[in-house]
Amino acid sequence: MDLTLHVWRQAGPAASGTFVRYAVRGVTPDMSFLEMLDMLNEDLIRQKQEPVAFDHDCREGICGSCGVVINGRPHGPHNATTACQLHMRLFRDGDEIWVEPWRAKAFPIVKDLVVDRGAFDRIVQAGGFITARTGSAPEANAAPVPKRDADLAMDAAACIGCGACVAACPNASAMLFVAAKVSHLGALPQGQPERYDRVVKMVDVMDAAGFGACTNHGECMAACPKEISVDFIARLNRDLLKATLLPPPTGRDWSGA
Amino acid sequence: MTLQSRVPGGPIQQKWDTHRFEMKLVNPANKRKFHVIVVGSGLAGASAAASLAELGYRVSCFCFQDSPRRAHSIAAQGGINAAKNYQNDGDSIWRLFYDTVKGGDFRSREANVYRLAQISVNIIDQCVAQGVPFARDYGGLLANRSFGGAQVSRTFYARGQTGQQLLLGAYQALERQIGIGQVAMYPRAEMLDVVVIDGQARGIVVRDLVTGKISSHAGDAVVLATGGYANVYFLSTNAKGCNVTATWRAHKRGAAFANPCFTQIHPTCIPAHGEHQSKLTLMSESLRNDGRVWVPQRAGDARAPDQIPDAERDYYLERMYPSFGNLVPRDVASRRAKEMCDAGHSVVPGGHGVYLDFRDAIGRVGRQAIAERYGNLFEMYERITGADPYRVPMKIYPAPHYAMGGLWVDYNLMSTIPGLHVIGEANFSDHGANRLGASALMQGLADGYFILPYTIGDYLAQAKLGKVTPEHAEFRRVEAEVADRTQKLLAANGSRSVDSFHRELGALLWNACGMSRNAAGLRQAMTTIRELRERYWKDVYVGGKGEDFNQSLEKAGRVADFLEFAELMCRDALQREESCGGHFREEYQTPDGEAKRDDARFSFAAAWQFTGVGQEPRLEKEPLEFEHVHLAQRSYK
Amino acid sequence: MSRVQRLVGSLVGKKVIMAATGVILLGFVLAHMIGNLKVFQGPEHFNAYAEGLRTMGAPFFGRGQLLWIARIILLASVGLHIWAAWVVTRASWAARPDGYRRLDLIETTYAARTMRWGGVIILLYVVFHLLDLTFGKANPSFLPGDVYHNLVASFTRVPVAVAYVGAMVVLCLHMYHGIYSGCQTLGLNHPKYNRWRRGAALVFSLAVAGGFIAVPAAVLAGAVR
Ligand SMILES: Cc1cc2nc3c(=O)[nH]c(=O)nc-3n(C[C@H](O)[C@H](O)[C@H](O)COP(=O)(O)OP(=O)(O)OC[C@H]3O[C@@H](n4cnc5c(N)ncnc54)[C@H](O)[C@@H]3O)c2cc1C
Ligand code: HEM
Ligand code: HEM
Ligand code: SF4
Ligand code: F3S
Ligand code: FES
Repeated sequence: MDLTLHVWRQAGPAASGTFVRYAVRGVTPDMSFLEMLDMLNEDLIRQKQEPVAFDHDCREGICGSCGVVINGRPHGPHNATTACQLHMRLFRDGDEIWVEPWRAKAFPIVKDLVVDRGAFDRIVQAGGFITARTGSAPEANAAPVPKRDADLAMDAAACIGCGACVAACPNASAMLFVAAKVSHLGALPQGQPERYDRVVKMVDVMDAAGFGACTNHGECMAACPKEISVDFIARLNRDLLKATLLPPPTGRDWSGA
Repeated sequence: MTLQSRVPGGPIQQKWDTHRFEMKLVNPANKRKFHVIVVGSGLAGASAAASLAELGYRVSCFCFQDSPRRAHSIAAQGGINAAKNYQNDGDSIWRLFYDTVKGGDFRSREANVYRLAQISVNIIDQCVAQGVPFARDYGGLLANRSFGGAQVSRTFYARGQTGQQLLLGAYQALERQIGIGQVAMYPRAEMLDVVVIDGQARGIVVRDLVTGKISSHAGDAVVLATGGYANVYFLSTNAKGCNVTATWRAHKRGAAFANPCFTQIHPTCIPAHGEHQSKLTLMSESLRNDGRVWVPQRAGDARAPDQIPDAERDYYLERMYPSFGNLVPRDVASRRAKEMCDAGHSVVPGGHGVYLDFRDAIGRVGRQAIAERYGNLFEMYERITGADPYRVPMKIYPAPHYAMGGLWVDYNLMSTIPGLHVIGEANFSDHGANRLGASALMQGLADGYFILPYTIGDYLAQAKLGKVTPEHAEFRRVEAEVADRTQKLLAANGSRSVDSFHRELGALLWNACGMSRNAAGLRQAMTTIRELRERYWKDVYVGGKGEDFNQSLEKAGRVADFLEFAELMCRDALQREESCGGHFREEYQTPDGEAKRDDARFSFAAAWQFTGVGQEPRLEKEPLEFEHVHLAQRSYK
Repeated sequence: MSRVQRLVGSLVGKKVIMAATGVILLGFVLAHMIGNLKVFQGPEHFNAYAEGLRTMGAPFFGRGQLLWIARIILLASVGLHIWAAWVVTRASWAARPDGYRRLDLIETTYAARTMRWGGVIILLYVVFHLLDLTFGKANPSFLPGDVYHNLVASFTRVPVAVAYVGAMVVLCLHMYHGIYSGCQTLGLNHPKYNRWRRGAALVFSLAVAGGFIAVPAAVLAGAVR
């Protein structure tokens, strides 16, 4: 099939960008979206033009590198699917496709479709971990973890840090990403000792990074390739309230979500 | 120079303990005086960087992705082995050791493998403490599954995302150290050379992938955790960025490269769809627990699978290997699939695919049970192929997956360049000629958490390390070389894209040095590679500028190194006149087509010393003795 | 910095303030709506109720005292609510300096998207409403004390009555998303009950808005005169 692409081209962070129109011919249905972009770049190189810059690595939907807004949808029209796993069979011959980068103050554009998601790493540095020095660990089966908690933690831990939640959020809020990390660690017994410091510190850095405030639109969940639930956002809020309003917390939790 | 494996004496069970005691320690107060450079933030790199920082060393860590969390380890699906014997099914450190040596077809170093098996149990403890959400039973204790044909259930897993969860554990430990300033993290930074001063590795030269700036970093020791080189085939299950650059650069500076021809071809991947295929997707090996592999008996049979009655299907693995059936090791399953397709039984046009059929499993345990076991994998398959594996059999074909070969290291994981340590998939590792499923994650974390942090101390405590800064003349010289090379690539200004060359190289290697190799093909390949390399430097078009974010330039540098490395791969495959594990030489097989080892002549690790591009490298042999696992012909019949 | 300060300082904290004050406001509108329904019992009852509001808490409180306390709490709530809304909204606008050419919204609701303007409309409404029925400045024939009369007088102006109804629709939307959003903000969620949150929000908002609308509607229909 033949497609018309409108791709956001921007030379650098400071430069001003615009959409550039490209025609791509002979796209096959079983190509992935990124392979279609590869094809475009091959053409550009043949014409000695600069190829379009876009982040990608695993191309298996797990590393979280890729991510562009395709016709108004972060990661494109196929739900629970990253751009690298999006396949062209979802498009029709003659389609016009608009490709934009994530847009958020906290994710400055590096070039073309590539953005700097370093803010996510800084949030994790603030407390997105369990302090367990190498070698200090007790026998793995010493403390059983209720299957329910382990599964809940895994649901949250499935986050690949792609930033689509921020991209999709009308407020460019990072709540879903932060909530996922806070909940992953907070749901496990191992995560209890640092649970309440963790949430306070991570929220501080999140605000400082310049993300917006969540007004519970739920768009993040709809865009999330791993279908992380907004229930975790409520959980984060609850943890933050407990951390700041309750007397020194015992680390115990009263709810399932 | 002869290879010093530095394997400690004593009974194998005590080697590591005695060694840990005998190794010199760095005085706690002095640790912060040492600066360690870790290249790579995968399981091996992140765990090492974090652990070293916890010990008090100053650490700089580099990765080419925009975040350390994106290292290729993230893609590992199936699980990680450990000799916990939680399932009470007779597993033990000894059995894991035995299986790994045997699975590696007796081309690994016994002492290392035994240490790996010993440490495997600590890894699980460490990861659980970090909050890795491993699968659990209803009682809340850890669950296990049998993986890759192992006779015991020793594999720990987190849904289909074990690598991701393990890496996040290490990544979070690393971020913690970055947060408190103990580690300086350099994402989007590609190491382009190692700097050796007075015979010691004293730093690296790096290109900032955003600004294109080339800079030097000096340290007291360098650790390479840069992963595997399976991308030399262009099409592989590896992430697009995986490369040989770091290890190849080190090789050119004097680090011996061991067993480069030992590459693993994974049997269950989604077949390529066409010329624009950019990488191949792995379907977890666990699928072979319930799926049955078959092809039509009649070559060229074009009927739809459901039109082919059982009588006319050839479940060839079950036929050839009654006892292991569909669970034979990867190398065997892969090679047999290739044979079937070469004989015209392929089920995809173009001749590259066999069926992996769940019809019987669904009939036996029901769709629900299958969905619980493989739901996410089936979805992934349907997303990519548009076909529903619950109704039509999956189509699969082998794909390059893992590199057993890598930089040669001694028992302390130090290469032949003093101070240059190599961990994870980047070293020639503990997997011999073939890696068992779920053992790479184990090895990466063993190296990073529990081996390197000790052994590097032993080096630092004894090495005579003069003061060295990035202003040192040698750094300046290497910087200039690197810059010059980048300029050459840009200046070529030819007519072909980097990828087109990479594809050509990949296809060439896949045929000559892939699942099965022969002398004539390998010799031919080596000449063709040389020609291709020359054409590359003349005719490649990179585009853009050096001082800019330039992904085409990144690729160009990596492919240039693949083009040099590929030749060594073929040379090694040619030299090894036997078949073992992933290395199958058509000339050396048993009557029924099994790999035929030649222990008399080839039970050694082949360590190659660089002598100049296009020049005959020098082969050094580390003899391998097998005192505990007696040499045997692998049999899965 | 104390933990409470950190809460208030954070954007989540601002949302908590909005939710908390929002709850007070919800309580007020509910009570107010119920009170208004006394209109249907005729002038005596309704004026008596209005009078009652002022003598609330007697003899313990003097005339109007308790009412003033209530008014102060209300005023404070509205003030805080608006302040927080303003800060939060500014942060969100700043978080995306250059917008998309197109961003499809899939999950969100009309109510959620109109919270900000809805709030402003409600504010303007309240101002007018006070001038109309409390201070009488915007009332055709305002008789202090005869609340019933003032009310009927006001609503016999068709445009005003219609405007009131319109405002109530806006309020209904604001409350509908507000209640759900507030639950999320206050961390009131549980796998068992999550399903009910939106339903409850809908019922409450419709009930309150409906109850309010009944009055101008009745006046228009001539049922109350
Ligand atoms: C699809 C797939 C599934 C797998 N499943 C399993 C499994 O189930 N079980 C199992 O045991 N193993 C599995 N493996 C193998 C295993 O994942 C890898 O062998 C292992 O993760 C390698 O880890 P590593 O830390 O050595 O390297 P990597 O994780 O590849 O990390 C390499 C690091 O080095 C950095 N780097 C590389 N080159 C440079 C450079 N030039 N400059 C700067 N930085 C550089 C990269 O940025 C990255 O951070 C799988 C592999 C694949 C491809
Ligand atoms: C009787 C009147 C009002 C009631 C009952 C009310 C109720 C609520 C509630 C319960 C919330 C949810 C808070 C949260 O999600 O944390 C809310 C949010 C909000 N309110 Fe109000 N409010 C009223 C008036 C106003 C006014 C006058 C304004 C502004 C001028 C306003 C603007 C907002 C905004 C912007 C939000 C945030 C949007 C969101 O959270 O989704 N509200 N309101
Ligand atoms: C159609 C619906 C409404 C009717 C008929 C109505 C009627 C009235 C009347 C008659 C009074 C005067 C009471 C008195 O002075 O004793 C009043 C006061 C008031 N109303 Fe309403 N009201 C309506 C909706 C609302 C809404 C939606 C709000 C808030 C969002 C509101 C806020 C107020 C306030 C703040 C006062 C002043 C109370 C005081 O301090 O005396 N009203 N209303
Ligand atoms: S929450 Fe979902 S969308 Fe957001 S970063 Fe994680 S995976 Fe991506
Ligand atoms: S879309 Fe944005 S508003 Fe909240 S619920 Fe998701 S972060
Ligand atoms: S490239 Fe890794 S998630 Fe898309």
